[in-house]
Amino acid sequence: MRHDHLITSKQLSREDIEAVLDRAAEIDADPAAVAQRHAGTLLGLLFFEPSTRTKMSFETAMKRLGGDIVDMGSVESSSVKKGESLADTVRVIDGYTDALVLRHPREGAAKMASEFVDVPLLNAGDGAGHHPTQTLLDLYTIRENAGLDDLTIGIMGDLKYGRTVHSLAYALTNFDTQQHFISPESLQLPREVVYDLHLEGTTVREHETLDEILPSLDVLYVTRIQRERFPDENEYQQIAGQYQIDAATLEAASDDLTVMHPLPRVDEIAADVDETTHAAYFEQAHNGVPVRMALLDLLLGGETDE
Amino acid sequence: MSNDDTDHELRVSKIRNGTVIDHVHGGQALNVLAILGIDGTEGEEVSVGMNVPSDRLARKDIVKVEGRELSQEEVDVLSLIAPDATINIVRDYSVEAKHRVERPDAVEGVLSCPNSNCITTEDEPVISRFDVLDDAVRCAYCGTIVRDDIAAHIDT
Repeated sequence: MRHDHLITSKQLSREDIEAVLDRAAEIDADPAAVAQRHAGTLLGLLFFEPSTRTKMSFETAMKRLGGDIVDMGSVESSSVKKGESLADTVRVIDGYTDALVLRHPREGAAKMASEFVDVPLLNAGDGAGHHPTQTLLDLYTIRENAGLDDLTIGIMGDLKYGRTVHSLAYALTNFDTQQHFISPESLQLPREVVYDLHLEGTTVREHETLDEILPSLDVLYVTRIQRERFPDENEYQQIAGQYQIDAATLEAASDDLTVMHPLPRVDEIAADVDETTHAAYFEQAHNGVPVRMALLDLLLGGETDE
Repeated sequence: MSNDDTDHELRVSKIRNGTVIDHVHGGQALNVLAILGIDGTEGEEVSVGMNVPSDRLARKDIVKVEGRELSQEEVDVLSLIAPDATINIVRDYSVEAKHRVERPDAVEGVLSCPNSNCITTEDEPVISRFDVLDDAVRCAYCGTIVRDDIAAHIDT
């Protein structure tokens, strides 16, 4: 893989994806072998939105490769607060570091920022747009649990604003998968995503309830429906309640069903699912480290010096 | 003025040197000027005829810009709002070149993204860029597709 930047999963071919996942599997099997591989490398973290898993797993990944991080900190404590543009911010940090990770609340932020920097820039989420590094760890988890071909996946919840959903759906078009989309009508996939999936020859199967499709799924990818998407509390409670699962819901599913979630979850997956063999969301979160190690290794030129 | 001048030519006087944009759909003339960034502040002599009778279009608009020859690249952006437009380059009152507008691959700096959460709508040093699809345009930054009423998104 040789891209200067990772902005969207749309830019990834099947070969690119498999290169990252294969490298992640090698690293996962023997992390000590790469412990000093990128000693002296500095990764810049620019998070304009709160993040726990993504930020900490990038930090862990860089340190486990022997490198270190510099962190902009919160927006409140940075010069962004003084009105500095994103373009200026990234141009400055570009000179300090060997690669950048950016999360920003606006769509297109990573794409724009990448035009102002020379080092590789990784999009860690741009508004409701894309989240390609999450997608790579999602794909790694799916491959470990169910395989990426001959796969039937259901993606449920907030499909309109869920950037992890958009990125995952694009990436899955590289594989032999059947994609089902389960959501309330008001939170269906944006027409832009449907347009792209159609361009790739993917059939978009939309459902308003999980029941009709659950028994045929190999993977159920659940996302959170956020309160702020609804004008009033009652409507939110009523609609969100239809897209929550518990152990009883999953009795209708295949024994081999893998349940995933990008986390954080609130109440869309009941705690009693954690104890079932279906639950893969904590494993999924742990996979963020080896996958981001693999990605950084490949982007920073790890393929040349071994 | 000669006797065979048609009615609309009487209303929109001939130009000596410049560009005539003809066969613009009725009512789009001001959008044509907007998308070309011509607003009169630089002293250009501009004549506009709106909703004049036409053989090819029931009603057409016509725009004449004195003293400026628009390049193919400049006029291709008109294909988004005036796909049937014809461009006449005029020198010393006679038509020197005549061409049609062609759909470009992308347009820069002429449209603004309707997605209020797009980074290009922030105060950032970035020029808007839209990829031109068969029947729509698409923001190169946030991916928003604009299919209807593209003229409403002209960056003025």
